[in-house]
Amino acid sequence: METLSSLADGFVIALTWQNLLLALLGCFLGTMMGALPGLGPSNGVAILIPLAFTLGLGATPSLILLTSVYYGAMYGGRISSILLNIPGDEPAMMTCLDGYPMAKKGRAGEALSLSGIASFVGAFLATWGLILLAPQLVKIALLFGPAEYFALFTLAFATLGGVASTNQAKTAFAAALGIGLATVGVDTQTGVPRFTFGEVHLYDGIDFLVAIVGLFALSEVFLFLEHRHGNADASGHKVTVGRLMPSWSLLKSCTPTMLRSSFLGFLAGVLPGAGASLGSFIAYTFEKKLVDKEGTFGTGDPRGVAAPEAGNNAAAGGALVPMLALGVPGSGTTAVLLAVLLALNITPGPLLFTQQPDVVWGLIAALFIANVMLLLMNIPMIGLFTRVLLIPPRILMPIVAMVSFVGIYGISGSSFDLLVMVGFGVLGWVLRKLDVPLVPIILGTLLGNAMENNLRRAITIDNGDWFALIDSPLSIGLWTLAVIGFLLPIIFGKVVKARMRHMAKDEEGSTID
Amino acid sequence: MAFKSTRLLLAAAFLGASAFGVSAADFKPENPECIAPANPGGGWDFTCRQVGKSLQDQKLLDSTVQVVNLAGGGGGVAFAEVVNKRDDDNDLIVAASAATATRLAQGAYPGNTMDQVRWLAAVGADYGVIAVAADSPVNTLPELLDQIKNDPSSVSVAGGSAVGGWDHLKVLIAANAYGIDDVRSVKYIAFDGGGEAVTQLLAGSVQAFTGDISEAKGFVDSGDIKVIAVLAPERLPGEFEVFPTAKEQGIDAIGANWRGFYAPGNMSDDAYNAWVGMIGDLYASEEWKGVMAANGLAPLDLQGEEFQKFVANSVAQIQKISKEIGIIK
Repeated sequence: METLSSLADGFVIALTWQNLLLALLGCFLGTMMGALPGLGPSNGVAILIPLAFTLGLGATPSLILLTSVYYGAMYGGRISSILLNIPGDEPAMMTCLDGYPMAKKGRAGEALSLSGIASFVGAFLATWGLILLAPQLVKIALLFGPAEYFALFTLAFATLGGVASTNQAKTAFAAALGIGLATVGVDTQTGVPRFTFGEVHLYDGIDFLVAIVGLFALSEVFLFLEHRHGNADASGHKVTVGRLMPSWSLLKSCTPTMLRSSFLGFLAGVLPGAGASLGSFIAYTFEKKLVDKEGTFGTGDPRGVAAPEAGNNAAAGGALVPMLALGVPGSGTTAVLLAVLLALNITPGPLLFTQQPDVVWGLIAALFIANVMLLLMNIPMIGLFTRVLLIPPRILMPIVAMVSFVGIYGISGSSFDLLVMVGFGVLGWVLRKLDVPLVPIILGTLLGNAMENNLRRAITIDNGDWFALIDSPLSIGLWTLAVIGFLLPIIFGKVVKARMRHMAKDEEGSTID
Repeated sequence: MAFKSTRLLLAAAFLGASAFGVSAADFKPENPECIAPANPGGGWDFTCRQVGKSLQDQKLLDSTVQVVNLAGGGGGVAFAEVVNKRDDDNDLIVAASAATATRLAQGAYPGNTMDQVRWLAAVGADYGVIAVAADSPVNTLPELLDQIKNDPSSVSVAGGSAVGGWDHLKVLIAANAYGIDDVRSVKYIAFDGGGEAVTQLLAGSVQAFTGDISEAKGFVDSGDIKVIAVLAPERLPGEFEVFPTAKEQGIDAIGANWRGFYAPGNMSDDAYNAWVGMIGDLYASEEWKGVMAANGLAPLDLQGEEFQKFVANSVAQIQKISKEIGIIK
């Protein structure tokens, strides 16, 4: 009850015309930034910090503006994933897997609105989780030491097999490539630069954004160039937008998926070392293992769109728990938000909720407002977004290339990153030709570093004793899950494959008549 | 190099001879620019933006300071850019901190040394702290260091910087001052940022924390951790006064993460003096004291020649420790 009255106070603070307008502005800008490949939530928030300061906004209005941008970017990331097969930001990577096939089948409108609704559900539930559970959840974060984090990342990699490709070996190769790329840069545990070849630009490692934009966006452009060259009719497939709103029965069938995914995503967000990308990834693989009896995930299954979107938006809310309650950012974006809080003279930490309740509850109320606003804004805009599909590729592709270059250069201001991006573009093109999935590469670069560091921390703390890795009930539990997740598909793989072949035949049959 | 350091000495002599007020009047930067060698949101970015804003607010500058984020290589990309391409730019200053000096000392900016730029002034410092969990049996810094001395493997110290980085060096400076000769035996665990390191202290994965006072403050207030030493020359002002210094516990160790600026190596003397004067005036102002208090920055009043000397000294000290722990040869 006390919580609810605090929340009501929060709404009183947040519901002023100025704050509503700021939230609207933030949501709009955030959606746009999320949709543009390269610009993700963390850059989006960072770019707007000076705006908040020059406008001379107080603590609460600044936070409302910036968190609206944050939530907006998490919403927006899906748009380019679905329409162009280019993730607008890291967590939206998983949405490509089923979103783009859906769009290709002429269900782009449905995919966009369904993912919008899934985003809303994820963010809505996560905000409630933040309100009700923040103090308790902090205790979960404290259960995770280096050994547990290592087990968690292993779990993510062990369940990779289910993603994207039918060929397990290619998935494993892609993940290994990603983990290998993650080793580039100065090793934090020894201070020694690895694979940098004396090039100072590589000391910080390879930026995932550069890798994502290169692998997904530029390789798309290269593919287009190649096909265009050989075959004049490049836009071979006829584009249909289809209905804009999902049918009621479709929504109903996706509801359990959204609820489960929100829960998983939220948990991943709460862990400071995990973050939204892991949230959407776990949500997707878990859902695939649980409900994908017919092997339709990856071919445009609506549930494959709902799961990662609910997961990553829930993770965005979850990441605010450790940021507010511990002062520990769970993701790049919350790191930027944390810096803003400090600049506003607010010290996040265990006492924030009691010392500055107006800031916390104003912020939480702002999250609700931003979330509703985003849903209302996104649904009518779907018709507009889907028009992107009607742009002929010969016009669209140069725009994609331009946005990629400008976006990446805008972040770092370094032409070296552009070269790296082009390198990744070529790599992506080659890998696509070989039918190697791209998602595990990004996952490897994203998580490889943290995984390695936590392994080495755990071992160093226990003076070289490898049993440190299975020292607590939590890590044993995670290891068990990882082993099951890895072995089950191998044992039952044949059965599933046979069934899939059967299904494929059925589908062919149905398209004929 | 030799030429440059002579020139710097000359400049320093000139600076010493002329009063601040005289030199500052001659030069006004037309398009002042501040490079933050990291992404928005970090300490360097804050230094640029806050100083830029305050300079304009207090009418020390007529035009807005444009802040450019040039991230990469832990500041190395920006350093190389300034040395190679903008060596004579009079309108440019670059944010720096103890981390910059650490990397220069360890040769982590390939091919670059601290003599290639001119060091302008400091705007404050964040003093290092060493803390343990509230329920730890350890209550003083000597107790902790005794434990490390007797059985180095029993104490894991967590910090937010990489091995050889500033958080690591702070604890080594203390260990060195206490007479632990083989500082390599101190077990340091690197985390991604001070917040994560404190969390692991609370989780019980590690036994001690080394970091900046601003990172620890929230947890001290909540009673989750206790600060056993501040690595400052004397007790800090205000609410931080309760923390004992290492010095008063008999360990002469000081670890200040200073924040300040450097300028291109061939900046004209007029411009250099003007910038030193401006930042000096800003530092002396009441408004800046407010900014420092709000951000947990402690005083560090060093400009021009003095600052140049200070940076040179800290580079030499870091080089010595880094050699001992085997980071550099």
